[in-house]
Amino acid sequence: MRRDVFQAIADPTRRGIISLIALQAMTPNAIAEHFDTTRQAISKHLRILTECRLVKQAYTGREIYYQLEITKMQEIDQWLDQYRKIWENRFNELDNVLLTIKNNTK
Amino acid sequence: MNNNLVFDFSVNKENKTITVKREFAAAVPLVWDAYTKSEILDQWWAPKPWKARTKTMDFREGGSWHYAMVGPAGEEHWSLTNYITIQNQKKLIGLDAFADADGNVNKDMPQSKWEITFTGQGETTLVQIYMIFDDLAQLEATIEMGFKEGLALAMEGLDELLPALKK
Repeated sequence: MRRDVFQAIADPTRRGIISLIALQAMTPNAIAEHFDTTRQAISKHLRILTECRLVKQAYTGREIYYQLEITKMQEIDQWLDQYRKIWENRFNELDNVLLTIKNNTK
Repeated sequence: MNNNLVFDFSVNKENKTITVKREFAAAVPLVWDAYTKSEILDQWWAPKPWKARTKTMDFREGGSWHYAMVGPAGEEHWSLTNYITIQNQKKLIGLDAFADADGNVNKDMPQSKWEITFTGQGETTLVQIYMIFDDLAQLEATIEMGFKEGLALAMEGLDELLPALKK
């Protein structure tokens, strides 16, 4: 079964996992400590994320570390769209700030 | 919000550039201040629910802005912006780098060059941001970083995630 990025990020726990390992590679146990769910459930989420090729495994000795991988260039447009939304959001915020400053100096 | 304000986001993959244009309902001096004064930047630069927090700002050519993007759980992503060219109320050229809390630049992460121009149109101001990437990997890494923030943005109603995370 083919999995896609949207499916990967549709689940809040998986989004939580992504934001955790975005900062640094982590072992499944270290990841599981951050969630109120079973180690098995975390393993399942990690398997889905791996199948979506959003995370990859790296072996250090006996430990498996999961790290974020975004190399699927065919999906770059999705990331660009995300980036666009960030700017959009940021500018909307600036609109509010400008309005506030203008009102305060009247 | 005023929906008549221009917003344009275009990507040139061949030249590896992104151009963002946006119109603001304020005259140039105020918009310039919003981009160059840390106390105003802190109010809007971070996408919600993240907050920007300035540690130091030395606004002059050769100076820098050292700040953190602070996440809802208190996580910090530090950045250092170096100002290369400053033409008062007209143009700003700089270089963005990922850094640590002490302002040391992370040399493993890409740095990105940008140019911002401010054009007055009476009561409104057109801001154009031109971002230049050395290679595709750099663009990708920047988008990946943006993705992290975008992720936070997508989780704006953090209620959905919080029950899943331990207190």
